[in-house]
Amino acid sequence: MAKASVTSFDSPPVRFVLRMPIPRSVVHYLGRKLFRFLLTVQGLGAFALITLGVIFRKFRTARQVVWPLVFHETARAGLRLLPLFLFMSASLGLVVIGQTVSWLTKVGAINYLGTIMVVVVVRELGPLLTALLVLARIGAANVIELGTARALGEVEALEALGIDPVHYLVVPRVIGMAAGAFSLMVYLILGALISGYLWAFLQDVPLRPGEYFRQLAEALSGLDFAMLAIKTLVFGFMIAVITCYHGLAQPLRLEEVSYATVRAVAQSVIACVLLDALFIIIYLAK
Amino acid sequence: MAGITTIAKSETGVTSPPAIIEMREVASGSMRDLNTVGVEGVNWTVAAHDYWVIGGLQGSGKSDFLAMTGGLMPPLRGEYRLFGEKMPIFDEARLPTRLRMGLVFETGQLFNHLTIRENVGLPFRYHKNLSKAAVFDRVSTFLEALELGPFADSTPGALALNWQKRAALARALILEPDLLLLDSPVFGLDLRQLNWWLGFMDELWRGHKLLARPVTLVVTTADLRPWRGRAHQFAILRERKLSVLGTWQQVEAASSELVSELLTIEQKR
Repeated sequence: MAKASVTSFDSPPVRFVLRMPIPRSVVHYLGRKLFRFLLTVQGLGAFALITLGVIFRKFRTARQVVWPLVFHETARAGLRLLPLFLFMSASLGLVVIGQTVSWLTKVGAINYLGTIMVVVVVRELGPLLTALLVLARIGAANVIELGTARALGEVEALEALGIDPVHYLVVPRVIGMAAGAFSLMVYLILGALISGYLWAFLQDVPLRPGEYFRQLAEALSGLDFAMLAIKTLVFGFMIAVITCYHGLAQPLRLEEVSYATVRAVAQSVIACVLLDALFIIIYLAK
Repeated sequence: MAGITTIAKSETGVTSPPAIIEMREVASGSMRDLNTVGVEGVNWTVAAHDYWVIGGLQGSGKSDFLAMTGGLMPPLRGEYRLFGEKMPIFDEARLPTRLRMGLVFETGQLFNHLTIRENVGLPFRYHKNLSKAAVFDRVSTFLEALELGPFADSTPGALALNWQKRAALARALILEPDLLLLDSPVFGLDLRQLNWWLGFMDELWRGHKLLARPVTLVVTTADLRPWRGRAHQFAILRERKLSVLGTWQQVEAASSELVSELLTIEQKR
């Protein structure tokens, strides 16, 4: 079989196809994609730096106007999503425990239940799921709100009144989303760890609560807490910057808002996954 | 700043009011595309206590020109000074100069997520760092003066366009500007609203009790007729040029086909 497959790949038609020059249209297509990607990265980077600059430079400017907005956005991206996150934490505990308990019991490795919960829930699924849920519930709404405001000329109205649109519209969302994502991640992970034990208990796993939490404590390190905090804050910051960038940073017509929303959501997902991969590398390198 | 603090003296010794807007060979772009020339070669001076009306057909670039004058985009070419300061002003240090100018958009462009009261109070709160409660009385005064009291707690989407425009006017006035730019303020209004706007602008120009001092006005329009006997200086935008016509008598005497159109005089065929 192996010889046959090698022969078929080494056939004259295949060799002919492999030696053909790449069609120019394909090169152009890939070039355009790459160019657009680089422009987007440049735009996002510049927007993120501008936002950070405004946060620090105007920290004390118009506090009576901007800080209530920050609290509003924190409540919107955090507190109001709590019921959803409690439901998701219960589900996450069920999913992870339900899948692993039977296998761990079979191989006699039930003592690793806590370690698996730390590796899967605390380090990976918890932060990533938090980011994706915040993106779905608040990030998409951000693009629509800001894109509509942009299309209706509200941003120009702010500028005409001498109000910095980044300070008034973006800063509260960035701080609120970072703080909200961080808080929700804490609740999601705690909920998943507790519900995980409850599901294990219901499956008659011979594991006492004290032993389960001892396993969790042993598997956790100081680095985990630091990485979790940094990861979710950066996730929240990135989602807010990407969604605000697509809603605000370029002139939009009303009919373009839906496309901007799709672009922002896709780029946010990619950015979160890439960032998550970066954190995995840091974990592996430690 | 010399332009605003001193009264200029001409060679004949007659004092003239200080220039508020000075444009020399200015070209303005478009809000959709900053590099597309909308109007060019503009040489225009607005003095304190002037009342200008700029006429032009729809699509002639009035809104973009006013947006450039309002500092929303830089001039493509030429020199533009506002109260003696070079425009555009984007830096914080010179912001107070820019805030001496108010801009009212054609459709109001209110913030849809805020109520009318919040819309009107926002610029004052932002620049003075005040809470909603602290500006309540001041905002109420402006709302009452513009007959917006009954709509104070409504959002813009619940209001007709004419009331939205009034709210936008109140929002611009709350910062007590010396110069007010109004983009087609009477477009699409019924006669009652039209008369209210014309009367209110007259009061602003003379010195409304809200501000206690006269306001310099620059208004754009697609119909010159309502401004007869009200505005003092007229100009038109045509073929990407700003042509200063002068007083109403000079407008009526102008033989331009466009002026006739803006006066809605039936053309001889």
